[in-house]
Amino acid sequence: MNGKLPVFIIKNIIRIILLVICVSIITFMLMKMSPVDPLQQNIGQAALGGMSEEQIAKLQEYWGVNKEPAEQFLSWAGDFLKGDMGTSLLYRQPVGEVVAVKFGNSLFIMIAAWIISGVMGFFLGIISGMNRGKFIDKLIRGYCLVISSTPAFWLALLFLMIFGVWLGWFPIGLSVPIGVEAGGVTFLDRLYHAFLPALTLSFLGVSNVALHTREKTIDIMESDYILFAKMRGEKGFSLFSRHVFRNALLPAIILHFAVISEIFGGSILIEQVFSYPGMGQAVVAAGLGSDLPLLMAITVISSVIVFAGNLTADIIVSIIDPRIRKGRI
Amino acid sequence: MVKYNDKNAPLLKINNMTVTFTQYDRGLKKTELPVIRDLAVEVRPGETVAVIGSSGSGKSLLAHAVMGVLPYNAEMKADMTYDGELLDKKRIEMLRGNEMVMVPQSLSFLNPLMKIGQQIKKGRNDNETNKRLNNIFEQFELDKKVMNMYPFELSGGMNRRVLVSTALIEHPRLVIADEPTPGLDPAMAKRAMSHFRDMANNGAAVLVITHDLELALETADRVSVFYSGTTIEDASVKDFEKEEYLRHPYTKALWHAMPRNGFKFISGNQSYVKNLPKGCVFSPRCPFKTKECELTQEYRSLRGGKVRCVNAK
Repeated sequence: MNGKLPVFIIKNIIRIILLVICVSIITFMLMKMSPVDPLQQNIGQAALGGMSEEQIAKLQEYWGVNKEPAEQFLSWAGDFLKGDMGTSLLYRQPVGEVVAVKFGNSLFIMIAAWIISGVMGFFLGIISGMNRGKFIDKLIRGYCLVISSTPAFWLALLFLMIFGVWLGWFPIGLSVPIGVEAGGVTFLDRLYHAFLPALTLSFLGVSNVALHTREKTIDIMESDYILFAKMRGEKGFSLFSRHVFRNALLPAIILHFAVISEIFGGSILIEQVFSYPGMGQAVVAAGLGSDLPLLMAITVISSVIVFAGNLTADIIVSIIDPRIRKGRI
Repeated sequence: MVKYNDKNAPLLKINNMTVTFTQYDRGLKKTELPVIRDLAVEVRPGETVAVIGSSGSGKSLLAHAVMGVLPYNAEMKADMTYDGELLDKKRIEMLRGNEMVMVPQSLSFLNPLMKIGQQIKKGRNDNETNKRLNNIFEQFELDKKVMNMYPFELSGGMNRRVLVSTALIEHPRLVIADEPTPGLDPAMAKRAMSHFRDMANNGAAVLVITHDLELALETADRVSVFYSGTTIEDASVKDFEKEEYLRHPYTKALWHAMPRNGFKFISGNQSYVKNLPKGCVFSPRCPFKTKECELTQEYRSLRGGKVRCVNAK
């Protein structure tokens, strides 16, 4: 990329700006088209019935029911550009603070799940691909196919039942112990509570990487250079470490950075099951409760993270792959 | 040029080699494709044997079979001896990569993500190997910088020498070269072949698999002719001086097809293994076909060579 670096940076800045604009407009439009009535949803039919016109008008003003959509969007966008993400209607706190807390909770789960599923999936995929057709391959492939056709929330419920309820090894929900002061919660407490959701998410993420790496490994095993390496007497671990590993790693990295979005999606379902107060739960609450500022902020931040993931994949590959590094492809 | 050494016993001797592929047709119907049948080749130390055949005749499979890397759906039966002793799977695995080496046809046989030097050295980094590598690079006039290059960075002229280097870094007694000259201009092709001639002159037994008869005649000692998965003639290079010296009608047809001998072609195509003719595989195209051609053809000795044709005299 020598010399092309400024072009590369400018191109990606333009891309991310366009992405954020599109994502925010679409999210906004969807929210405006949503059949959920914020007043009925958040205050309740019964309570609304006992209110005066004036009170209802005030609430409508608070939830922004009668505002002109275009005007509302532009005023949100203007504030957002100035760094003001607004105030969450549900939490009655600045959106920035809400997101920071929720995101902090989710971060551990997502990072752990992402790393574990990546490393495990990669090695399972290679083992499977190098032993194609043998028992171990059938076992790994069977596991991957079962897992990838299992709904995330169902697996989460299963784990919760087994490890949380029956065995009692892990708490059945939340991110901190019940009845303990916020100041008294230790890091270990948080880790302990995040373990089961992270495990579930890792289990789910493995199959994708493993199946993909298996296919890639099979391609590699059938390639001319493996054939030649075998003819030169290479086998076993040397064959794996010198030839298969290198060539399978690149596509696995690209894929794994691209599936960051799936980890995000998966965490939404899993946090629901484990009543874990993270980004996933916040986004569901914001969506159902018509908390426009919070939802918009989370959507924009998530899309930036997913974009950054893809960009990181590009950059890493361009550093590792000599064919791209030396600018021949 | 010809250094025919009959006193030496063959280093590699293959007889009755059969390679069969099992394929699944529609549904579960299995078909067996006998891509190589009754193949016989032998090569002595210090000698270069060219295996000549058109594409689809099963030449490359011969190399894969000897090196023990046939695909999983292929089955091989053969009487192979190496250095006078039975060459079985176990022995192949022991010998390949050091005594027995193969020179592949293109750069796609090199790991795209590994530097050339590392690749040639095969993971070794002792002084002796490094010294050998330096000597080879000097001999081939390759810049030391090439060691740190990746396969995609090599120029056309370099890659041939790099591929040959993978053989020379070992101590080969048997060298098999699979199509070493595709896409090279005549001068480059000659130069590539000269590497193998040098190895033979240094005492190795060299088997060159090629479709380029003209080039084979310039560098080899003997020629083994392949047709539809079978060896049909074994001739010395001298036999190609005159048509009468040759034995099999197909070899004679090849001779006629050479530019200096008239550039004449015979019509028809090589039979596909699924519908092989009875008896002689060449009989459908043979201008001298007789009734005897429908019988099984023996591979017999004739005038210092070998032929698989009842009518050859």
